[in-house]
Amino acid sequence: MTNKVWVYIDQFKGAPNPASWEALGLAKTIADLMNSGVTAVVLGSGMDAVVQKAFANGADSVMVCDDATLTDYRVEPYAAVFTKMVSEGKPEIVFGATSTRGRDIFSASAADLNTGVIVDATEVVSQDGALVATRPVYAGKLLSKVVCKERRPQMILLRPRAFPAPVETVGKSGEVIKVAAVLDENSIVTKVAEYIVEEGQVSVDSAAVIVSGGRGVNGPEGFEPISKLAAVLGGAVGASRAAVDAGWIPYVHQVGQTGKVVSPDLYIAVGISGAVQHQAGMRTAKVIVAINKDAEAPIFNLAKYGVVGDLFQIVPALTEEFKKRLGK
Amino acid sequence: MNIVACVKQTPDSAAKLQVENNHVSWGDSPLIVNPWDEYAVEESLLLREKFGGKSVAISMGPESAMEALKTCLAVGCDETYLISDPVLKGSDVSSTAYTLAKAIGKIGDVDLALFGRQAIDGDTGLTSSQVARYLGWTLLTYVIKIVEIDPVAKTIKVERMMEEGRQVCTAKLPAVVSVVKGINEPRYPSFMGIRKAAKATIPVWKAADLGLEPSKVGAAGAAVTWMDIYPLPVKETKVEIIQGSSPEEIAAKLADKIMAEKVI
Repeated sequence: MTNKVWVYIDQFKGAPNPASWEALGLAKTIADLMNSGVTAVVLGSGMDAVVQKAFANGADSVMVCDDATLTDYRVEPYAAVFTKMVSEGKPEIVFGATSTRGRDIFSASAADLNTGVIVDATEVVSQDGALVATRPVYAGKLLSKVVCKERRPQMILLRPRAFPAPVETVGKSGEVIKVAAVLDENSIVTKVAEYIVEEGQVSVDSAAVIVSGGRGVNGPEGFEPISKLAAVLGGAVGASRAAVDAGWIPYVHQVGQTGKVVSPDLYIAVGISGAVQHQAGMRTAKVIVAINKDAEAPIFNLAKYGVVGDLFQIVPALTEEFKKRLGK
Repeated sequence: MNIVACVKQTPDSAAKLQVENNHVSWGDSPLIVNPWDEYAVEESLLLREKFGGKSVAISMGPESAMEALKTCLAVGCDETYLISDPVLKGSDVSSTAYTLAKAIGKIGDVDLALFGRQAIDGDTGLTSSQVARYLGWTLLTYVIKIVEIDPVAKTIKVERMMEEGRQVCTAKLPAVVSVVKGINEPRYPSFMGIRKAAKATIPVWKAADLGLEPSKVGAAGAAVTWMDIYPLPVKETKVEIIQGSSPEEIAAKLADKIMAEKVI
């Protein structure tokens, strides 16, 4: 049996996107109000572990399409089966995590299903029979409240780390509904040749801790002390646009309006002045620490803790300090 | 090979925004071509230079969006069209995508429709994928490199930026491609280009010119509506400056503070 509230579980090569569990947590809260359960949707190949994890995170049933054509993410086969599932199962609400794949699949299927998509929601409340979502617009300078009033399902992608993740209950299970793929390999025009992945790096997208460098690091070698601090804290390395444009670090690390929008628990801005465009990418971080030699830098208006000084002395000292404290 | 770049006019990224009665204004800050769309325009020019054909820029918006299209002409686009009609007011992603798909269809013989990954005002990043769906074309999002195009075999090879790294894939044309920063370096308009653009008359397409169904456009066609828009509540943060006589002392004090926040 499928429920009125669904959650799409985003995964890459079998590793679930942790923000999917946050979506599952919210789905449970909303479903409770409707006296409904939650159905998780899992698409991929070799998905048994992901299905188990969906149950552990609170799914009441899991609808899965486990098929070789879904081994690599491609929008055509993913959206085709997703559209079919939704049009037949007729959920009221479908949640997911905002990600490159989430945006692709939800918007493609919403076009197929003639409904709307709300993306990057940071708050969701039930009001007059519809869900009202709050989402940042204009690079986070403004907030908007949006609603998909009449068309169904309501498809809402949540901003990662904006909602709490549920506590896992290992060993929980429920009904598994198997669905066949819609497209066969011959009818899928996109073929994946390879992946180019930076090994061993924590991605800024879902990192709980980010240490970012800006113009003040003075060159590519300036990212060495930053990477060391990030490694000790188990965090990701971020960068400002100035550092990326100077060619000191690849674009994938850029935080800000023309980079990634992140909301870690801890954001350490090193040698970053904090232009509004950078703030757009990190202002929702829980605790912001700024290390900068310029006491007038705008980043200090946003930071909770600040150090005015030479980053090349402070950052290595901080790395040593955390090594001691964290026993590394 | 004909390439369409879809551009949106937005307030400058550094603009000071004001909100009154759910209406956003930006004082005398300039309106610009959405920064992400500049990469789409540049890519259309690079591909035209390589393969011939024409680079066409289109924009949907009020009459003022003409200025954004003049910028596109000034950097070298061959043709531009403004899609502007009072009935399009209040469009959301789906009614915008429907309208743009119709416009791309009207241009005809298009192999590639390029979009910036998102617009810096609405920040949805959903329009390109819905355009692809309405057209029934291949969709390739977050493209950071067009590796090759075979205009005869109608194939394309790209690198897409996903959270985990780059995905290299091949697909068939026609395609809708959304691009990210890093794909190219947008050029500046030339003096001659600016003069040419100043004199150009930009054709305006109305809803009727595109054969749009009234129920699918503007506020009537919108699935998602904006109930409210307001400034981000100001977080009162007063920075606590950590001082000490040595880097080690500062580091120890700062580590105390961070540990006390329970974020590690």
